[in-house]
Amino acid sequence: MSNQGLLSDSSAARITRVEELAYELTIGEVMTRDPLTLKINMSMRDALDLMGKYKISGAPVARDGKLIGILSMEDLIRSLRDGRIDRKITEYMSGAVITVREHDQLVEALKLFVKSKVGRLPVVDENDNLVGILTKGDISNGLLNALQRDYEAEELIRYRASHLFEDIVSDRTSLILRYTIKKDDFLHGGAASNRIKKALLRLGASSQIARKCGIAVYEAEMNLIIHTNNGGFLRVEVEENKIIMEAYDDGPGIPDIDKAMTPGWSTASSEVRNKGFGAGMGLVNINNCVDEMVIKSSKERGTNLFMTMYLDKASKQK
Amino acid sequence: MDLQIIFDSLNLILLTEERDFSQIHFDSAYMSDLLSCVMTGAKPHSLWITLIANINIVAVASLLEIPAIIITENAQPNQETIERANMEGIVLLSTSASNYNVSGHLWELGIKDQ
Repeated sequence: MSNQGLLSDSSAARITRVEELAYELTIGEVMTRDPLTLKINMSMRDALDLMGKYKISGAPVARDGKLIGILSMEDLIRSLRDGRIDRKITEYMSGAVITVREHDQLVEALKLFVKSKVGRLPVVDENDNLVGILTKGDISNGLLNALQRDYEAEELIRYRASHLFEDIVSDRTSLILRYTIKKDDFLHGGAASNRIKKALLRLGASSQIARKCGIAVYEAEMNLIIHTNNGGFLRVEVEENKIIMEAYDDGPGIPDIDKAMTPGWSTASSEVRNKGFGAGMGLVNINNCVDEMVIKSSKERGTNLFMTMYLDKASKQK
Repeated sequence: MDLQIIFDSLNLILLTEERDFSQIHFDSAYMSDLLSCVMTGAKPHSLWITLIANINIVAVASLLEIPAIIITENAQPNQETIERANMEGIVLLSTSASNYNVSGHLWELGIKDQ
């Protein structure tokens, strides 16, 4: 259930990830380096030409690499309105400029954008030399690129995991996942099945196979939580061409398996039914999801449920 | 049909954190209070209508990739359930209307696929 991997299930998790990234990324990582810089002896007309040519709506003004002001489109409009387009940019630029530092966290710039309503923030180094410029567009691009890197990292994990069976050569390679399920632990009900589903996706299973296995193993997991004396274990063995899922418990056993397989037949208490369980469809669902299902049950040894999913349908035994 | 339209037309109450509902779309919905039926009956990315408000609905929705659940008849999930839903990115919505009523409204809005 928890998002332990890099892959998040939802766009909400993505939003959280964006927030995290705002703290992880530095301003230097997303800013535009060596931006177009206006010289102090330029006229407003020069600035208009340059900004038009490069399609930007503002630029820093620097002398000998040091930032002395910023000129925006609004300043150009003011000079046009005044009919003073040939005056020096130093007459119209803003001198008191809010700056950010290259090594600061991106979140600092986000706060400034919210607070000050400026369109761009000049970025300076320790010696107040202009090193870059940061716009909201730079931030969006930086965040999108970082999310893309996350995604590629997950793709790489998936790629490696899905090639496990090709990379490791043996007569019969398998990967075994084990989960302990506690009796009455409704709070974590579904946690193991969710992890199993994610693991299968990483190993290269199709979403349909992963979903069917997820449903089957969820029903088995809830059976361990609801119906056993002491909980039990889930064991999933993944091979190149099949997935074997097993559930074990030590009692009380199913007295009549045929009855338990009848749709709608349930022994669940009313308390459990109020939680939405006890439809009497659990084993029926499992049987419909997997290629093979075998139940062994006795009072003495508890219940063992074996579920097999064949990945290469040609080798299906049913 | 995006969730914003559904949210506005049915006067739903949002229980989980704010999301951009215009980015969540539904072509199909499923109504049941039996989790096992939801497991087999609900398509991925469906909207789920139920009276159940306990934490297991989040586990089921997460497994089935159900982005939003409408909890009917004012049934209130506890804080733990809401937090889990936020963690899994599942939207929980509340209404005083019944399962039948909500399903009828959704049908009228044009969501007719199960």
